[in-house]
Amino acid sequence: MSKEGFSISLVNPNAPGSDLVQKVGIGISALGLLSMLIGATGPANQDPSFYFWTGIMTSIVGFSIYILRTFLHKTESENNNHIFNSSLTARGIAGWAFGIFLTGFYIVLYWGPSSYWDNAALVTMFDPISQTIFGFRADRWFLYGFIYTVSILIMGVRAILKYRHDNYQIVRTCSVMFFQLGFAFLLPLFMKAMSQPEFYFSYVWPLDYDMLWPDSVDGLMNAGTLALWLLIASAFITFIATPILTYFFGKRWYCSWVCGCGGLANTAGDPFRHLSDKSLTAWKIERWTIYPILVFIVLLTILLWINSYLQGDIFGSFSHQLAKGYGFFIGQLFAGVIGVGFYPLLGTRVWCRFGCPMAAYLGLLQKYFSRFRITTNGGQCISCGNCSTYCEMGIDVQAYAQRGENIVRASCVGCGICSTVCPRGVLNLENGSTHTDRKNDNPITFGNDGVGLASTSEA
Amino acid sequence: MTQKKNIVIIGNGVSGITAARHIRKRSDHRITVISAETDHFFSRTALMYIYMGHMKYEHTKPYEDWFWEKNRIELRRDYVSKVNPESNTVLLDSGEQLNYDELIIATGSSSNKFGWPGQDLKGVQGLYNYQDLESMEASTNGIERAVVVGGGLIGIEMVEMLLSRQIPVTFLIREDSFWNTILPKEESEMINRHIRSHHVDFRLKTEFKEVLSDENGAARAIVTGDGEEISCQFVGLAVGVHPNISFLKDSGIETDRGILVDKHLRTSIPNIYALGDCVQLSNPQPGRRPIEAVWYTGKMMGETVAATICGQPTYYDPGIWFNSAKFFDIEYQTYGYVSAQPKEGEESLYWESEDGTRSLRIVFDSATSSVVGFNALGIRLRHQVCDEWIGNRTSVDQVVANLGKANFDPEFFKKFEKEVQLKFETNKP
Repeated sequence: MSKEGFSISLVNPNAPGSDLVQKVGIGISALGLLSMLIGATGPANQDPSFYFWTGIMTSIVGFSIYILRTFLHKTESENNNHIFNSSLTARGIAGWAFGIFLTGFYIVLYWGPSSYWDNAALVTMFDPISQTIFGFRADRWFLYGFIYTVSILIMGVRAILKYRHDNYQIVRTCSVMFFQLGFAFLLPLFMKAMSQPEFYFSYVWPLDYDMLWPDSVDGLMNAGTLALWLLIASAFITFIATPILTYFFGKRWYCSWVCGCGGLANTAGDPFRHLSDKSLTAWKIERWTIYPILVFIVLLTILLWINSYLQGDIFGSFSHQLAKGYGFFIGQLFAGVIGVGFYPLLGTRVWCRFGCPMAAYLGLLQKYFSRFRITTNGGQCISCGNCSTYCEMGIDVQAYAQRGENIVRASCVGCGICSTVCPRGVLNLENGSTHTDRKNDNPITFGNDGVGLASTSEA
Repeated sequence: MTQKKNIVIIGNGVSGITAARHIRKRSDHRITVISAETDHFFSRTALMYIYMGHMKYEHTKPYEDWFWEKNRIELRRDYVSKVNPESNTVLLDSGEQLNYDELIIATGSSSNKFGWPGQDLKGVQGLYNYQDLESMEASTNGIERAVVVGGGLIGIEMVEMLLSRQIPVTFLIREDSFWNTILPKEESEMINRHIRSHHVDFRLKTEFKEVLSDENGAARAIVTGDGEEISCQFVGLAVGVHPNISFLKDSGIETDRGILVDKHLRTSIPNIYALGDCVQLSNPQPGRRPIEAVWYTGKMMGETVAATICGQPTYYDPGIWFNSAKFFDIEYQTYGYVSAQPKEGEESLYWESEDGTRSLRIVFDSATSSVVGFNALGIRLRHQVCDEWIGNRTSVDQVVANLGKANFDPEFFKKFEKEVQLKFETNKP
């Protein structure tokens, strides 16, 4: 009877086009980006404030308008409409272009010449906010931290709106936004401002690979009492808190609630989560990359300590070269350039799945010593494939669900989206009362009493 | 080891494929699966998600393409035009004949059409198989309005699909409330409200009379029972399905509405079995219908037939009924037996959330107070717990007191148990 609500259709009957408000939002955001672009060519060095407001803040405001409008209109069942028809989210031209842009950004960020970065107008336009909050000038790492944090916050709001029917997603998203803003942005920079070590609380060894290396430990030990406590806390998180929390809640407590890499993937990366590779081959590759990296970082850390103890007697500069190599290939190229740059091409958790040594460590704990499992609801699975498609870790969730089997996988980060997108209420993230009952091997198709009861023979 | 048999399966839907997989698990028999629809097994239930862009066809294939060769399940893309039980052969459209020792027919359903004028025009169709999806894709491109006829699960899915493309939809149903042959009044009304909230031109108690043609033989409008003409370029006919068995006409296999099978899912010919949607049980279990065209029973039948064929004769015993669906944003689960009209000797406890988007119905026997069924809308119930409660004839008091055990909603979701318990207490005489 009612026909209202077809405002979108008036513009364009069949394409899921955008309405006026969405267009205005995109327009404002584009103007902001244009201003940033102009400012970055030099003018921002003369008037950073102008470009901060007309560039950075304007694009943030415009984009926020677009997101609010888009998702306040959508209901739960419409969330994933046309994801595979959109050039940006289905590896079309827009997706490739965005991927190349992101990758390029990381390359310039990590390896761009310091002669550029030291006087870059692009950085200067962040001075107003850096000076106001922290009292120091922006550098490229401030720029990166700011963009990273703002991405998590804005896209976090988007995730909250998109998944507003699902309290698990709301609480979890608030958590990653909180940890990013407080523990991976404000606190470390305030500490820096107060001449304390710039300490990133939500990253611990072995993800923050050099945190427990001799140089950083020495640095912290000589930087006062607070630094010493931070060092102890960090080691405590890695070796004591991690196994305990993972035992009770699975690896999700870190990967989907605290970690900034996971935070970015689940907020800014949410439009690309379905691009992960679900094949068995990908799973095999994953096991051949992630565990060797964990082994490597453990051995390397030990080696560095031996070397430091012996003052280079045996290994000379060898261990330091290895450390440099790890920093370049794993820390920057893999985690940054590929991990984030390739979001629009390989999905969001490439680093978490194939590379992160912390995820490998948590995964081993989760697989062998945790109460966490994803429960399958009896026989209700219809094998539709939504769970597997939207699993960012590339787990073929459906393969378990359709057999009525619980899902206990090292790689599962417990983001909960499989349960969110399941149209039949089949999947549920649960912490059991013990870790021994997680797997229900050889289940029968639930409800099939004929086969279940060791079979009734001929009457 | 038993002798190696040559098993041919017609149909690569969930029933046929489940049978094939379980036969392979249990034996070394040669397995050939024939389908005219697609090269590989895909999930029919996901057709709507392909149309809406949630997934691509490849995501709806539950097994990767290497799976079939690895498990020695031979796949043939062909149409079986005739089954010859005398010679134990099937004739393919390509002209080839295949021999079998045991034949499994799992050919599913076809969409109903009741002889309406214009029902075969371009742009008029049901939605059951992959080809239907392709033609729907082609017929709905750039159109101004669509009409969907039939208030069942496929009907509401088609409405949702069309709306995802911003195509205005008129939804005609004959009954005075959505799916009210299955859903009790309150649940049915909740879905009515929900359909309207999605801006559907929703017409209850409206008959569908005919489709009018344009000069190219395509649909241009439909006419309702009251003679109203509704202009549209696509007509979705979702008025049920029937077993797809026309190719068996002269085969000698006994059929009625579906292929008649015994408790072992054996047809009138001993080495021919049938399963899934195309089957009509000669002796269904009490409370069950002879034709149950749902995903779950197809799966169970596949497992049962595999056991029987592999030397472990097994009755088809689907246990306690369950089913599920999703109406736009509202999930539906049912366990046990909840009838649309209150049954004599039964009572039900019905709770609905204040905002009218979640509900729970617990049906129980008035005399013994043992629970016989659950209906849940907008909340998730734990299959195993509900199944046990119904199977053990647990009393409604106990069920209500322990409702938390059946709650399968994700963490941090608003709990419904307290409100249900309160309602139960207040309703008590």
